[in-house]
Amino acid sequence: MKRFKTLLLLAIPVLALYTTGCKPKGASGAAATGNAAKAYVAPGKYDEFYNFVSGGFSGQMSVYGLPSGRLFRVIPVFSVDPEKGWGYSEETKPMLMTSNGFVPWDDLHHISFSQTNGEIDGRWSFGNANNTPRVARIDNKTFRTAEILELPNSAGNHSSPFITENSEYLVAGTRFSVPVGDNQDVPIASYKQNFKGTISFVSIGKEGDLDIAFQLLLPGVNFDLSRAGKGPSHGWFFFSCYNSEQANTLLEVNASQRDKDFILAVNWKKAEEYLKAGKGVKQQVRYAHNKWDEKTHTAKHEIRTEVTVLDPAILKDICYFIPCPKSPHGCDTDPTGEYIVGSGKLAAVIPVFSFTKIQKAIADKKYDGDFGGIPVINYEAALHGEVQKPGLGPLHTEFDANGNAYTSFFVSSEIVKWNVKELKVLDRVPTYYSIGHLSVPGGDTRKPFGKYVVAYNKITKDRYLPTGPELTQSAQIYDISGDKMELILDFPTIGEPHYAGSMPASLIKDKSQKIYKIDENNHPYVAKGEKEAKVVREGNKVHVYMTSIRSHFAPDNIEGVKVGDEVYFHVTNLEQDWDVPHGFAVKGALNAELLIMPGETSTLKWVPEKVGVYPIYCTDFCSALHQEMQGYVRVSPAGSNVPLTFSLGKQGAPEAEAAKK
Amino acid sequence: MKKLLLVLGVCGFIYACGSNSSTENKSSDAAENKTPAATENPSNDPNRGIGKFTKVDVGATLDATMAEAGNKVYDVKCASCHKLSEEKLVGPGWKDVTKRRTAEWIMNFATNTDEMLSKDPEAMAQLEICLVRMPNQGLTDDDARHIYEFMRKNDGVK
Repeated sequence: MKRFKTLLLLAIPVLALYTTGCKPKGASGAAATGNAAKAYVAPGKYDEFYNFVSGGFSGQMSVYGLPSGRLFRVIPVFSVDPEKGWGYSEETKPMLMTSNGFVPWDDLHHISFSQTNGEIDGRWSFGNANNTPRVARIDNKTFRTAEILELPNSAGNHSSPFITENSEYLVAGTRFSVPVGDNQDVPIASYKQNFKGTISFVSIGKEGDLDIAFQLLLPGVNFDLSRAGKGPSHGWFFFSCYNSEQANTLLEVNASQRDKDFILAVNWKKAEEYLKAGKGVKQQVRYAHNKWDEKTHTAKHEIRTEVTVLDPAILKDICYFIPCPKSPHGCDTDPTGEYIVGSGKLAAVIPVFSFTKIQKAIADKKYDGDFGGIPVINYEAALHGEVQKPGLGPLHTEFDANGNAYTSFFVSSEIVKWNVKELKVLDRVPTYYSIGHLSVPGGDTRKPFGKYVVAYNKITKDRYLPTGPELTQSAQIYDISGDKMELILDFPTIGEPHYAGSMPASLIKDKSQKIYKIDENNHPYVAKGEKEAKVVREGNKVHVYMTSIRSHFAPDNIEGVKVGDEVYFHVTNLEQDWDVPHGFAVKGALNAELLIMPGETSTLKWVPEKVGVYPIYCTDFCSALHQEMQGYVRVSPAGSNVPLTFSLGKQGAPEAEAAKK
Repeated sequence: MKKLLLVLGVCGFIYACGSNSSTENKSSDAAENKTPAATENPSNDPNRGIGKFTKVDVGATLDATMAEAGNKVYDVKCASCHKLSEEKLVGPGWKDVTKRRTAEWIMNFATNTDEMLSKDPEAMAQLEICLVRMPNQGLTDDDARHIYEFMRKNDGVK
């Protein structure tokens, strides 16, 4: 956002020049009415689409319904989430491990969905961590993060996690170029000589296993956004980049000097050939791979140590730069795969490139020199045409199924609809305020569903009741089924949403998991039934095999824990019914609580520091006797002789239980 | 006689509710439960409960294998709330339950819990005593049959 504020300042003189090109925006009163009936979903009825929205600086992904804008779930991804125990339970902690250690808070920017034949197939959603570079896979059956892969040689994973049309790869292009290799202790001012930008191609296995297939080593620039080719352009990937000035300071001035930066066209099928031919160089690096196991309800963290790097300056026919005006941001391919739309943040035109013409320019070698050893294709030779006077500061483009594009304009705060082939502006609507990303259901695939475009705005200002200096984020839904776009609803979102995606509810709703089968629970500390509930001491570690069911824990009286012990509450929820989680909390725990799904086992670590009797209780309302779902743990001094005992339903005499053991 | 009237009255009430909710179901794709209320079924037998089990074949003697399988299911999914004695824990103790209820009623209740708790007069009466809705524990048809055999064993069938 700060970057955009300064952009805004820069753009003021430009704005003055182009007042004829865009509508003046009044205060919130103007055109602020919405056709709410079109967004109305009656109580008890379902929405037509799931809308997966990036949580921006919250590091999470949130799920809304369209067209109602109702929030269904915040999926914890790259940040701890006490509400769900994410990053607090022993089982989930490994998911947030990186080569730097445990990272509790990151910044999630973009969403993509697994695809088959260029269409959303509903299996997985993906998100990127911008700060400590990672990608995550979310299982759409459980709405949980199933896998996180860190990216070595990257320094800010922005150009990610965009995906190919058969989910062969998702990509991860670094926002910041940095020194790569053995000597990284170099002067910052040596950017041009020493800094490199990398793009990772992450392969996706049948069961989702993420793996870095190869990395491309590229000249030092900032990679920004990207899209895979589709149909005829399948096998290619397109990345916008800025800072071709290779500035290392005051980028808002120094990286806006050139009239054009680049879109990088990558022939990844060619890269695969080189990889197969052994042209890659293996590099020793360190990066984390974390995977969730649905059977043990536990994540496994491992460090991987090798990556294969391809150098397109040597391997000549993988990469080509295409000039793109004024600090390109969005880089979007249309549903036919023929057109690639570039969007310069400071531009007042939208250039549209033709895949056919790019291929011909490469065949005819229509190059204007090279950049860092990579050929630069002549702008006109690759250009299908420019949309003239569309608005100011185009950022992102999505598509409908009728050959139309919808581009967001940050500076002029509007969505503009235009025809891709004819490059003609058809309609425009204001957004409140300063739109960033926008999203049409399926609007980045070969089969857009159309119907709505959602604006994710950067400024909220007066759209909602004020809540102090920080305001909720402002999203807006427009009906695009007619010739004219029509605002139908404002809805608030968490974090700062960047990109979002939507898919028909029918793709996933009937596959949604309801419970974990207790028979299939392979957690090493599961208690399958109260018969297996017990407390076991191993040195100073005390393992409590606890069960929960409406509405009691077993055991619920525990004695013989001592100050200095590490107590592990392994709580198995014995329920086998949908929507009956149990919670677990112990007084004074420095580590949040647990929320345990039916049939699941979760572990809370507790290190009591003071003598006393500590209540435990269920934190998630479960039945009429939920308030009775409680128990006690007695903590004695270190070295005490109180024997380890546990019981349930034994009034007055836990010693009896101890005697039985 | 008074009791019968009461039961009929309750049935009538349930019937009305059932019709209402089924009308609403038609207009709502959100509603899951589209089974018609059992009271609309003229062949309904209140002793059998509501659900798929209309006739369970029960042997004269115990099937020990089934009872053993039932015991295993009991340990994981039932024992938290039901004792094998007469003592009520969260739910009623199981002693003599096979003498109080038919196999069909027990198996329908175990597998079609929510509908039974909302519509079956006997299950509803039990809920008024326990006040904790019995969880649907995701039993398979076989699980339910095995549990029933285990209950028979608990009730002394050899």
